[in-house]
Amino acid sequence: MSVIIDRRLNDRNKSTVNRQRFIQRYKEQLRRSVSDAVAGRSITDMDRGGNVNIPVRDIAEPQFRHGPGGDREAIHPGNHKFLQGDRVPRPEGQGGGQGSGSGEGDGEESRDDFVFALSREEFMSLFFDDMELPHLVRTTLGDIREHKWQRAGYTQSGVPSNLAVVRSLRNAIARRIAIGAPLRRRLAELSEAGAPAEEVEALEKRLARIPFIDEFDLRYRHRVKVPQPISRAVMFCLMDVSASMTEDKKDLAKRFYMLLHLFLTRKYEKVEVVFIRHTDDAEEVDENTFFHDTLSGGTVVLSALKLMREIIDDRFPTDSWNIYGAQVSDGDAFGADPEKSRAMLADQLMPLVRYFAYVEVPDDARRISPLMYAYQRISDPQFALRSVTHARDVYPVLRDLFARETA
Amino acid sequence: MTAAPDSESGSPYLSTGSEWSFPLIERYDEAIRDIALNEFGLDVYPNQIEIIASEQMLDAYASLGLPIGYPHWSYGKEFIRNEQLYRTGARGLAYEIVINSNPCIAYLMEENSMAMQALVIAHACYGHNSFFKGNYLFRQWTNADAIIDYMVFARNYVLQCEERHGVPAVEEILDSCHALMSHGVDRYRHPPQLSAEAERVRQREREEHAWRQFDDLWRTLPVRSEQGADKNVAVSPYPPEPQENLLYFIEKHSPKLEPWQRELVRISRKLAQYFYPQGMTKVMNEGWATFWHYTLLNRLFDKGLVNSGFAMEWLASHTNVIAQRRYDQPGYGGINPYALGFAMMSDLRRICEKPDDEDRAWFPEIAGGDWRKVLDFAMRNFKDESFIAQYLSPRVIREFRLFAVADHEEESDLTIDAIHDEHGYRRLRRMLAQQYNRDSQVPDIQVARYDHRGDRSLTLQHRRFRKRPLDTEAEEVLKHLARLWGFTVRLETIDEDGDVAMSISMSA
Repeated sequence: MSVIIDRRLNDRNKSTVNRQRFIQRYKEQLRRSVSDAVAGRSITDMDRGGNVNIPVRDIAEPQFRHGPGGDREAIHPGNHKFLQGDRVPRPEGQGGGQGSGSGEGDGEESRDDFVFALSREEFMSLFFDDMELPHLVRTTLGDIREHKWQRAGYTQSGVPSNLAVVRSLRNAIARRIAIGAPLRRRLAELSEAGAPAEEVEALEKRLARIPFIDEFDLRYRHRVKVPQPISRAVMFCLMDVSASMTEDKKDLAKRFYMLLHLFLTRKYEKVEVVFIRHTDDAEEVDENTFFHDTLSGGTVVLSALKLMREIIDDRFPTDSWNIYGAQVSDGDAFGADPEKSRAMLADQLMPLVRYFAYVEVPDDARRISPLMYAYQRISDPQFALRSVTHARDVYPVLRDLFARETA
Repeated sequence: MTAAPDSESGSPYLSTGSEWSFPLIERYDEAIRDIALNEFGLDVYPNQIEIIASEQMLDAYASLGLPIGYPHWSYGKEFIRNEQLYRTGARGLAYEIVINSNPCIAYLMEENSMAMQALVIAHACYGHNSFFKGNYLFRQWTNADAIIDYMVFARNYVLQCEERHGVPAVEEILDSCHALMSHGVDRYRHPPQLSAEAERVRQREREEHAWRQFDDLWRTLPVRSEQGADKNVAVSPYPPEPQENLLYFIEKHSPKLEPWQRELVRISRKLAQYFYPQGMTKVMNEGWATFWHYTLLNRLFDKGLVNSGFAMEWLASHTNVIAQRRYDQPGYGGINPYALGFAMMSDLRRICEKPDDEDRAWFPEIAGGDWRKVLDFAMRNFKDESFIAQYLSPRVIREFRLFAVADHEEESDLTIDAIHDEHGYRRLRRMLAQQYNRDSQVPDIQVARYDHRGDRSLTLQHRRFRKRPLDTEAEEVLKHLARLWGFTVRLETIDEDGDVAMSISMSA
């Protein structure tokens, strides 16, 4: 008799672990592929999964096999024109002639790429894998301690909402048994010995008077505050939106910040992000305005740096915050502005920040812009500058700037 | 004993709609079982029919069709590949997967209609199942009772190793084992291993013999010079005979492997051995199963248990399965094992039932015989190579219009070696059988020398098969081998004259 079993409700994702192993193994290739995929996306849908591909030869599993060449005969069906002894020219591009011995299974190997879809989660984790904020320091200073509530057993006092009912009743039962035991023993002795009814009655009354639950039994769940050392960080995003920043360049800049922002929000719960955009005047804006609002005007880089300085003084004391800065500009600056900006950055901001990255989106990659020229003279290990001319460079530059430090 | 017709509706059919349900599957299974066992005398393992969803089918694909397996990235790759093909509609899923175990587990997909479920039950639960139980290769090499338990053990062992030694270390070893899996099978039975008890008995007997033969006089004879004796030992090569099971040799002799690594080698060797018969009997196995679903379901129709709508549905699917494309049609991928197997099995039945003069000349022993006995004998005692060599009839060759293309290295053109005519039948039959010979698919590579007294290097010999060279991947495989061996490994290619034509060496 056959047994029929319904397995449809069983686990459907038996292969998930194998899939993860595969992704883990080909991380490098996948990351390259992810980078290509992102380069072609509009900034509104950076944050989703996508198709990736890996060259098939990279994932081939080698075996001892017969190679092309040598002597062989292949049998094929469907002869409709050949006679014995006919000669056929060798098909082009195949040393070994058509049809190997096995005749099946080789078909798929010959395709160039192994393409498959990554979920959003897989995509993003590959995307930001191995990226960290550099020089992050844990700050555990007096009044900015973070606290976490933790369970710490039971206590005899507390608020009613924390009452542990099971625990309390368990105590009540124990107490009733313990206090009632001698009375019951005595009662048993008396009734055996045939004692007077009043005495038995009195005992029974005493037994009945033992309270079902007493103040004494109550237990409350206990919670304690545990101080948590935390690291707080703030990222300043400075973007030039002046008229010389064409839409293409703004797109590059926004791409950079979009990725940076995704990275920060994904990796760190405790990172605050301050968006500053500037023309000839700087203003602090919210995320939405920063990415999606259009505005044009002249250029004064210094204004943004000044605003950053003000905000730091105002809200982010350096002894309790890790401060980061990222600036994107096309490098156009006029008159004394680049020099003043350099001085401002080098003398006033660099001592305050842990890391400052300058990304330039120039018109011409070979020309050195005034701002770049000025910034190049900042020789601080915590200052980095890169230039980006294509969407495809954005992600590598971001990776480069925020690569995890190897200890 | 026939299954009761549908009494409630008064219809003689088991069912009429296309929807399936558990009671219906049970009823069909009973009806098919009755025909298979009582009318045709098939011998099967008990069946375990499992209904699964399509995602689970994808999972089952990835783990080589086994319900349980150890984690490995290559299975993930397989899964992703299949999933992609399935999702983009490039390929449908198999209707069924059947596992050579006892009880025989068959997966039915929930999406199938009732007719398809019946087809799958006949095909897998009675066709494949009886083949697994009867064919000599399966009987000799696989242990249907133990495979599932063994896989559970293997999975747990691999997981344990991963925990203890880290995933990368385990993966490394498994990668290397997988690369050598096609050379990790025994094709001939070794003498059974002596048990510890038997070993002790033999030891005792030998001692007793020496004791009885003791004669102090021998002591007075001059001793042979020590140098000569030593030399003798040193030259005796090891292993005394070439070994074809590379994984077995590594497991037993690798100088560097840790015990747990040895066990991993053993696991992949066992797995390779388990799948070995399936690769050798593709045409027969599928042919047998297809023949039986065809025969059983036709009988079901003849008995009036199903209507013609049902018959049309499964026949349409059956026709797709046994379709053989011509060599010049798009999508041609070699000879379809279902088509060839089914044609040969059906032809055997025809030769028995309605032999003509040609059949009597070609198959005097079976022409006009009892087809059930002939088919049963064929199923039990052959593999693809010998089955074709024995039973491919001129009629099947004509039906398939087979022709042979000779591809010889020295010649600039391909030659049509034989076609389906009087001169060609035997030649075609021999060449087609040869095509299913393992040697023409897997290169012959054996362990020739293990320099166990010297540098511990291992030398493999590849005997070239009809001048066919090894693929360039061989070097990669050799790297894997070097990893398992721990010392230098060498691969020598021996040409037809017995000379070393080429040699690659890989140090660990």
